[in-house]
Amino acid sequence: MKVFLFAKRNTKEILRDPVNLLFALGFPLVLLFLFSVINSAIPAEANSTMFAIEKTAPGIAAFGTAFFALFAGMLLAKDRTTSFLMRLFASPMTARDFIFGYTLPLPVMAVAQVCITFLAAALLGLPLSANTLLTVLVVLPVSVLFIGLGLLCGSFLNERAVGVICGAVLTNVVGWLSGIWIPLDLIGGAFKQTAVILPFYHSVEAAKDAIGGNFTGIIPHLIVVLAYAATVYGLAVVAFSYKMRSDKV
Amino acid sequence: MSAIITANLTKKYGGLTAVDNLNLTIEKGELFALLGLNGAGKTTTIKMLSCLIRPTAGDAVILGESIRTNPNAVKQKVNVSPQETAVAPNLTVFENLEFIAGIYGQRADSARKSAEVMSTRLGLGDVLGRKAKLLSGGMQRRLSISMALISNPQILFLDEPTLGLDVVARRELWALIKQLKKQVTIILTSHYLEEVEALSDRIGVMTKGRLVAVGTTAELIEQTGAANLEDAFITLSGGVV
Repeated sequence: MKVFLFAKRNTKEILRDPVNLLFALGFPLVLLFLFSVINSAIPAEANSTMFAIEKTAPGIAAFGTAFFALFAGMLLAKDRTTSFLMRLFASPMTARDFIFGYTLPLPVMAVAQVCITFLAAALLGLPLSANTLLTVLVVLPVSVLFIGLGLLCGSFLNERAVGVICGAVLTNVVGWLSGIWIPLDLIGGAFKQTAVILPFYHSVEAAKDAIGGNFTGIIPHLIVVLAYAATVYGLAVVAFSYKMRSDKV
Repeated sequence: MSAIITANLTKKYGGLTAVDNLNLTIEKGELFALLGLNGAGKTTTIKMLSCLIRPTAGDAVILGESIRTNPNAVKQKVNVSPQETAVAPNLTVFENLEFIAGIYGQRADSARKSAEVMSTRLGLGDVLGRKAKLLSGGMQRRLSISMALISNPQILFLDEPTLGLDVVARRELWALIKQLKKQVTIILTSHYLEEVEALSDRIGVMTKGRLVAVGTTAELIEQTGAANLEDAFITLSGGVV
């Protein structure tokens, strides 16, 4: 009961902030449109599918969930710094109520964001199929990874620092190291090796495999994403629980 | 039964003793003011009594429940209005009240009714549908106190409730706090001596974590031989009048 009330409050806080809506919906749509323009500018004789909608849409869908780190982190940091969380810590709410209350609305929003991205992609020529639904499911653990990262940062940092780390820094790191802006094979070397160690490249590849119907290709990438998501989210739970018990909220 | 009894309540942060062996009894229905300079231990005391932080030593019994062994039972009986205005900024006044009522266990229909009653009682009826972040400082503080009251606490902690408010908003809040007297036990911290004098039944003066005096305004003045509460407070705080 309390967890749903808290989740409802958090949903309202996030959705009523126009900046959040702009980032969550606007940025993936702008990227989709830009890549579509680039793709249409490539001469047919170049025979390049680098910016084909089938390649870019799943990557953008996975990348777009990075903004949920910002939403989760900002909300938690704001609640901490305004003493709202202190008020709630004085109530009979438990650690479980807090953690799930902060988390629950975000995967739902991520699914909505991914669906809107694919609907927009469909208008730009992406054929919708059962694979599209599979891709939505594949992107879900990616969103959990970013939510965990946001909660981890929000447990310790103030709003400004969360804005920098989960906003500017994270979106750039994810953008470059996931290969959605420039395919990693074009760069190669240590850059690609670093990208392969991190989960962002795997999240985009899993989404691409899902939309392309390459079902056996999904699993190895998804395992990396799931391992990172479980670790980061676990760390966020530990960090929040520590914060709840500590003397300084 | 007393509302609060503390026994050697102590809080240390490393080598710093924020609250030092606090022994205090506050009766039901009393408005008790904790007065002290910055860092005297007022807010730390309130945080321990409302189970936000654990004492390093000692204990406090709140309406028969220990803050050490039964903090959950204590949390059901008390509520806090923190020093900062702790409201959900993008929720309306009504939604803020309804939300807090809900997390204290009220069912949806009861929470809605409580929100209506509380908003009327605290003069928020005209701004029910307005987002909290759009309210004036005084109205936000009023909302913050309403959120603390909606759980029907038997003990209410008000941590510097008028800090940063203009004189009109402050006087409005004084009137509100006077209304609440006797209905609920109130523990108030403040830097404003005229506020403490106007509102409190008894005053406790804290200096460097220690409770150095307890009494009514008249008793403190008499005890120190001062001309007024301000002089009495300065004397008790170790200052020079």
